Amino acid sequence: MDQLIHLLGYPFVQNAIAAGIVIAIVSGIVSRFVVARNMAFAVHALAELGFTGSAGAILVGVSPVIGLMAGTTITALFIGTLGVRVRERDAVVGVVMAFGLGLGVLFLTLYPHYATEAIAILFGTITGVSTSDVLLLLLIGAFTLVTLAIVYRPLTFATVDPEVAEARGVPVRGLAIVFLLIMAAAVAEAVQVVGVLLILTLLITPGASAERLTARPGRAAVYSVAIALACVLGGILLALVTNVAVSVYVTSLSFVLYLGSRFLVGPTLLGREQRRPDQPSASLPG
Amino acid sequence: MAEPVARSDPRISVRFDAATLDYHDRRVWTDLSLEFKEPSFVAILGPNGSGKTSLLRVILGLTPLSAGSVEVLGQPPRRGNPGIGYVPQHQSFDQDLPLRGRDLVQLGIDGHRWGVGRPSSADRRRVSEVIEAVEATPYADAPIGRLSGGEQQRLRIAQAIVGDPRLLLCDEPLASLDLHHQQEITDLIGGWQKRTGRTVLFVTHDVNPILSLVDRVLFVVNGRWAAGTPDEVLTSERMSDLYGSHVDVMRVHGRILVVSESTGSGFELEEPHHLPEIHAGGGSGGLGPGARNVP
Repeated sequence: MDQLIHLLGYPFVQNAIAAGIVIAIVSGIVSRFVVARNMAFAVHALAELGFTGSAGAILVGVSPVIGLMAGTTITALFIGTLGVRVRERDAVVGVVMAFGLGLGVLFLTLYPHYATEAIAILFGTITGVSTSDVLLLLLIGAFTLVTLAIVYRPLTFATVDPEVAEARGVPVRGLAIVFLLIMAAAVAEAVQVVGVLLILTLLITPGASAERLTARPGRAAVYSVAIALACVLGGILLALVTNVAVSVYVTSLSFVLYLGSRFLVGPTLLGREQRRPDQPSASLPG
Repeated sequence: MAEPVARSDPRISVRFDAATLDYHDRRVWTDLSLEFKEPSFVAILGPNGSGKTSLLRVILGLTPLSAGSVEVLGQPPRRGNPGIGYVPQHQSFDQDLPLRGRDLVQLGIDGHRWGVGRPSSADRRRVSEVIEAVEATPYADAPIGRLSGGEQQRLRIAQAIVGDPRLLLCDEPLASLDLHHQQEITDLIGGWQKRTGRTVLFVTHDVNPILSLVDRVLFVVNGRWAAGTPDEVLTSERMSDLYGSHVDVMRVHGRILVVSESTGSGFELEEPHHLPEIHAGGGSGGLGPGARNVP
């Protein structure tokens, strides 16, 4: 414990925690939509092409965070414009992902001193981010959260009930592209903590766990953010005192929380919500 | 059908004037000229692929006409027209979706607005009121994906009427429901229309469940159309003319069967196993009796 308090005094730890909080909030909210829109595969593609982007950035001497962001954004635009229908979308994701990863391999071969940095991108580096990168992450995070707040309601409508949403004038198609861009930013953020290969632990698991705890959309968002926060902050702190990579703890914590939500807490909570169905006014909305 | 009327009359729910719709070089329907005034209950009939859903999309402002013009509630069609309510074909929600019936109905009020939004207390009251009106209160707080098809469809109707629309569009709302639920949903929509005196456009492949409610029929097939009262349109002569081949329209136990002699181009309005089940007199006004009985 003393050791932990001592460590909390270091700027790199404070940076990590500040970035971690923003990343967890973004991941928690975005993962709800990723789960509801069946976009796990797209998330994975965005992350892997983020890797290509950051490999390219290191090659030309730019911040890897910027390269990551560029990689995920370009991929999001590709998927958004080429993959309109759901079936088409998966095919386009596969096509774009394969080509992009090939590029990543090219960048790796071009730059000989890669090993450590490549591993960092693949498995997460949160305790290694510089202060300027933390600022960049905060900026991207804030921008993502503001965008999400603006589109939250119509995006929810378009996600759960696309036909009626379209009939009511919601720009369903435009929102699909906006959401891909939001995902691009969220992926670039979450990669900092868990890396490219473990991205789903932050962009699927919190949303999937929250679904098991409540039938109310608003509450589900709160639970999802809380779970993401617990995973990221818990992971960072455990990693500090034990010297094992952050991503190991984040993935383990999120897995345990998912199992707990699904089998232990969820059934009770969901049951309690539904046991009072005759008093709708007594319950807060969503 | 197409008697000249003053423009921009909001009591004219829908008015088509020489309207033509092409889709990928295929003519969906041509030279459609008709109007439906408030109050009317219109059945839009025709075989699959005859452009019934396209017609609704034109009214919703989602698909532009290829030629001619259309007015909706006295104005050109526009996306997100608040005067229109929409009930889609029943499609089940995922059973783990964190969404209650109450949330679905709330989206009918403000789902199209930007921002995070918190429903006002007036909104919440309105939502509860409408849920009560469709007798969905007992299950409005359960996850919507765990409800039966009929229950989900009741909540969809609540969602469609919560904004007090002048025009209610229903796109095959009875499809994939069993007979009992078909009757309940029919009574619900018919009851709403009678109470409010508004207009319902009801797309269906089978007119019989709604026969007692319908005062107008629009039948589209192979790019051609016929409109009028059910007795005017659903006759062997008009149908044969429309299909371009001999078609028999038969009335059996107060129900209508349209049967073509040639296979392939034929179209049955009635599925035979429906025949003895219900008499077409049940759907007159009011909310469905015994609405909560889920078989």
